[in-house]
Parts: sequence; structure tokens; C-alpha cells
Amino acid sequence: MSEAALKHLSETQTKDIDENIAWAKINRDVLRSMENPRRGYWIAMAISVALFSVMIYAEVYQYIYGMGPALLNTSHMWDLYISTFVFWIGMSHSGTLLSAILHLVHADWRKPIYRFAEAMTTFSLMTAGIFPVIHLGRVWNFYWVMPYMTDRGIWPNFRSPLIWDAFAITTYLTSSVLFLYIGMIPDLAICRDNTTGWRKKLYTWLSLGWHGDDRQWRNFRITYLMIACFLIPLAVSVHSIVSMDFAMAIMPGWHVTTFPPYFVAGALYSGCAAIITLFILLRYFFKFEEYMTFPILDKVCKLTFVIAMVWSYLNLVEFASVWYGHDIPSKEVLLAKAYGPYAPFFWGMIAFGMFLPFALLSKWVRRNMKLLFVVSVLLNVGMWLERWMIVTPTLSMSYHPWGWNIMWPGWVEWAMVGGSFGWFGMLFLIFVKVFPCVSMYEVKEMVFHRKRTIYEDVDEMMVLHKGAPTAVEAGSTKNGGS
Amino acid sequence: MANHTAPTHRIFGLFADFEQAFEVIAGIRRYEVPGITVDDVRIKSPIEHPEIEDVLGERPTNIPKFAFVGGLFGLIFGFFFLAGAQANFTVQPQGGKPVITIPSNLVLAYEMLILFGVLATLIGFIIGARLMRKRGPFYDHAVSLDQIGIVVERVDDTQRQQVRDLFAKHRVIDIFEENAQ
Repeated sequence: MSEAALKHLSETQTKDIDENIAWAKINRDVLRSMENPRRGYWIAMAISVALFSVMIYAEVYQYIYGMGPALLNTSHMWDLYISTFVFWIGMSHSGTLLSAILHLVHADWRKPIYRFAEAMTTFSLMTAGIFPVIHLGRVWNFYWVMPYMTDRGIWPNFRSPLIWDAFAITTYLTSSVLFLYIGMIPDLAICRDNTTGWRKKLYTWLSLGWHGDDRQWRNFRITYLMIACFLIPLAVSVHSIVSMDFAMAIMPGWHVTTFPPYFVAGALYSGCAAIITLFILLRYFFKFEEYMTFPILDKVCKLTFVIAMVWSYLNLVEFASVWYGHDIPSKEVLLAKAYGPYAPFFWGMIAFGMFLPFALLSKWVRRNMKLLFVVSVLLNVGMWLERWMIVTPTLSMSYHPWGWNIMWPGWVEWAMVGGSFGWFGMLFLIFVKVFPCVSMYEVKEMVFHRKRTIYEDVDEMMVLHKGAPTAVEAGSTKNGGS
Repeated sequence: MANHTAPTHRIFGLFADFEQAFEVIAGIRRYEVPGITVDDVRIKSPIEHPEIEDVLGERPTNIPKFAFVGGLFGLIFGFFFLAGAQANFTVQPQGGKPVITIPSNLVLAYEMLILFGVLATLIGFIIGARLMRKRGPFYDHAVSLDQIGIVVERVDDTQRQQVRDLFAKHRVIDIFEENAQ
């Protein structure tokens, strides 16, 4: 789409979706997206593969030379690895928000965009899961992160939130994958009916013989609702448990009661910002201007702003409780964040996380795709800095002065962080090429229900003006015809 | 209900929209085809449409029961699984702490409740929706596109033409038929 056309669309698009889109066109557009993306898709894939390759190189280097090149030491035992782990776990929460919470409150505007948000949840968790394994050093013992009986002399400490993490994240990953998959079954059946070759075999196998009868739809609806109900408390528990990795340690700056809600709000915030980023990319890659519309983007931006304000409030509560709590080491850490060697990153977090969201209040920003893309990326830079500023300043300034130690991450750690974005990008881009990233049947439902609402309104008006034919009498086909 | 000893047919009609499909079912509810009831009717549609499913009457599903049993199992199993692991810890000095720690086990048992609840829900869905079975001959790609299918089961020879007439009255696009025996 040309610049002029995009500008025109940004000014004229007022509905979440055009209710006159024919159902056959929805199928056609989404199926086409899986065949012919724009060149930008392949560029994004190349960048992701390159970043991931650097990560592999860094991992091999760390494997050969040990944890030394990562510059981890006694007080800084996990540094960027745990910061980035928390970042990716947080990113995963947006899928649950869009799919489960907005599903329960019947916000139908989520329908064209929830599929990729769910995929984002799954792949964020898969990315987060890499970091504990990398941090082990001895990667061949990766299965030690999973809790199991003590028959190998491991003696897992079930009182430790790190063990809770393993349980919670395994549960969350399993449930998210199933939620994504179950929600996709009707669309996989559409793909099965419209493809050939390996794709047909794959979709036939995955669609489990779906044929869309009332029994299947009824069971499908209840299943989706039940899993959504399971997922919401699960998502809250997962990031609460991740926050307890810190909050249950008696370290200055970490031992804070508000950490669980603070982490959950931060998770939703970074996830929403990532949805904006991916929304803009997918809309461009797959020419989804009719489905990923400006009004829907507006809603996501407003939601992001609200969550950003909740996060900002909890941040201020944390600062205030440390300030007025008179716990001297915690206060020292807070002051060191603001004035010490990490100050630029701390203030970067404040600027990007607390002040930049106000840009989302501007309609001009919300309708300017390029600018909004930059803003959404910077919001997540702010959220990544937040996680880094939770971990490293505390580790550099613990209770004991002999443990004080300013540490800057080495290239191996940076390579791992960058590579995690490559890994996530690769998985996500493969997913959107192989599976429909817009839910076809739900967009049809959205179109159907919105059109019916309009017809009902028209019919009511017609009854008031007797004699005129109603919309139904006029012979309209409500599913848009084929 | 059709006589099951007589030769029976299965008739499948494709309709352009839900209004027409709704009218057909309403016709069956009004006994326009004697002997055929809504229990003999199935709808195939490209989208979920709770209102039209309501016309078919109450058709209960067991998925909440699966979810409940799965969740309960996860809660109990999770707790005792961990307690079993911790029971081995008696060989270690505990420093006055309990061997089986109820608060932390509750957190983990809660996660297991959700995990097994979700897995059981999935199993319930596969069983309840009759997935992983052959689709049968009455499947048309148009159903996954934009048309609504109505399948009338157990139609005997005398009812066959009446069902076809009812379909035709409501502007059926296409009719398929097979001998069910």
C-alpha cells in the first residue's frame, strides 16, 4: 500500500472491521497470506536467523570456555540471563490477556488479532525457557531444571520459588500451546479444505477430522471457555511466582510485598507493547489492512496506556515504600539506581516506561504506523531495562560491602540477549507462514454479528416507517455471499 | 422418530445463510415432516452460532465434568507427588523445618490442578466433539467457506420427498443423499 493510500486509510477507517466483507474473501485473504508475504517478511526472517546464529556461536563459546566469558561472578550470578528470562515470561502474558480475558468480557475486536498474540505467548515462553538452561553452564544437564524425585541425589528444594518456576512455566507453556491449538482447529479445517501437498497432509492431521457440526461447535465453545478460565489465574500465578524469585530473597530492593502485582502489570504492559509492534509488522507483511484496522490498533494502544499507568503507579508505590520504609540498604540501592553507574539505564526505564506511553494518547501518533512502531519498540526497551534494573543494581550493592561489585555484561551475555530475539522472531515468522495468523472463523463471526446488529437496527426503523421492506425481506445474504 | 427397521436415508442440504437453515429447523419443529424431530437434525456451519444451536434443543456436554475431575486429580496428585518426594528428605537434617511444607506444596498443587484440568478438558473435547474420526461422506468444503449444512438422519422412504420439499421451500442450494443402511 502506498504512503498516500495508507494516509487516506488512517483518516477514513472508522470501523473495527467492514461488515460487508464476504466470508469467502476472508478465507482467500488469510490463505493467501500464508503463500505470498511481502519481501519485508524475508528480511525479518534473515535478521532473526542472523541473530540466532550469533547466539549459537556465543553458546558454543561459553560451552567451551565456561561461564567466565559471560563475566558472571560471585555476586552477579545470573545478571542478564535472569533479566531477559523475566522479560520473555512477561511478554507471554499479552496472549492470555487478549485471548482469555477479552474473550470472557466479549470484546469482539480482539478476534482478528488474538491468534498472533497467542502464538507470541507460546514462543515467548519457549524463548524464556532457554535462559535457565544457558545459565546452567552444563547444558547437557538441562533436565535438572525440572523437578523430579530425589533418586539421583539432586534434592530439589521445594521451598524455593525457582522450583515453583519450573512447575508454573511448564504448566503455562503446555496450557498455552493447547489453547492456541484448540482455538485454531476450525481454521486448520479450512486450510485442509483449500490446500494441497504437504500442507494438506499437515492440516488434515492437525484438524482432527473437524467438520463443523453443532456438536463440535458446542463442545468447542465450552472447551475454549473452560481453558480460558484456567489460563487467567495461571498467568497471574506464573508472573507472581517469577516475582517471588526475587521477593522471597532477603536482598535490598527485592524483598518487596508489591512485587507480584508489579510484575504482572509489567508483564501485561510489555506484552501489549509487543502486540502493537507485531500488529504493525504483520499488517504490512501480509497486507492485512482490512483485518488489522486502525480502530483496533487504537484500542490496543489505549489498553497499553492504561496498563502502563497501572505499572507506573506500582513503580511509584515501590519507590515510596522503600523511601519511607527506612530500610537503609534498600534506600541505598534505590539511590544508587538513580545516581550510580546504572543511572542512565534507570532513567531510560523511567523515560520509556513511564513517560513515553503518554504519546499513545495522541491520535496522530496512533495513526502514524512508522512512529507507532518506534514507540512500541521503545516501550519494550523500557520494560527490558526495568528487568535489568531490578536484577543488577541489587546484586552490585548487597548488604556486605565486600560483595559490592559494579558489573557490565560481556559480549557473550549480549549475544544471548540479542539471539533470544532472533530465536523468538524465527519461531514466530515460521508460525505465521505455516498457520493462519488471523482467525478466519472468528472474523466471520465478528462480521456476521455486526452485520446482524445493523440489520436489526434497520428493521426496527423500518417497522416505525411501515411499508418499507426490512433488510431480511429485501433478500440480503448475511454471510456476504461467496 | 423414523421406523428403524425400514430402509433409512440421510439427507444433507446446503443453504446460503442461517435464516434459511433456521426456517428449515423451525419447519421440523412444527412437524412439517411427520416422524422427523430435531433429534434427527444436525447443523454444519462455518462459524459458531449459539442461537441456532438453541433451536435444536438442549444437548448437554460433559466437558465441565472432565475439567472438574482433571483439576481435582491434579490437586490431590500434585500434593502427594511432592509430599512423596519430600518424604525422602527425612535422611537430611531439616533444621527444625517441616519435611512436608504445606504452603509451598499448595502453590505447586495449584499449578498441577490447572495442568491436569486443562489436559482433562482437552480429552473431554476430543471425546465430546467426536474428533479423530473419519469425517463421513456428508462433508462439503462449502461448509468451511460460507454455507450452512443441515443433515437429517433416519429418514424413511415416505419422509424422503417431504424433507426434500422442505429444503426446497427454503431455497436449498444443493442436496446430497445416502442410504444409511
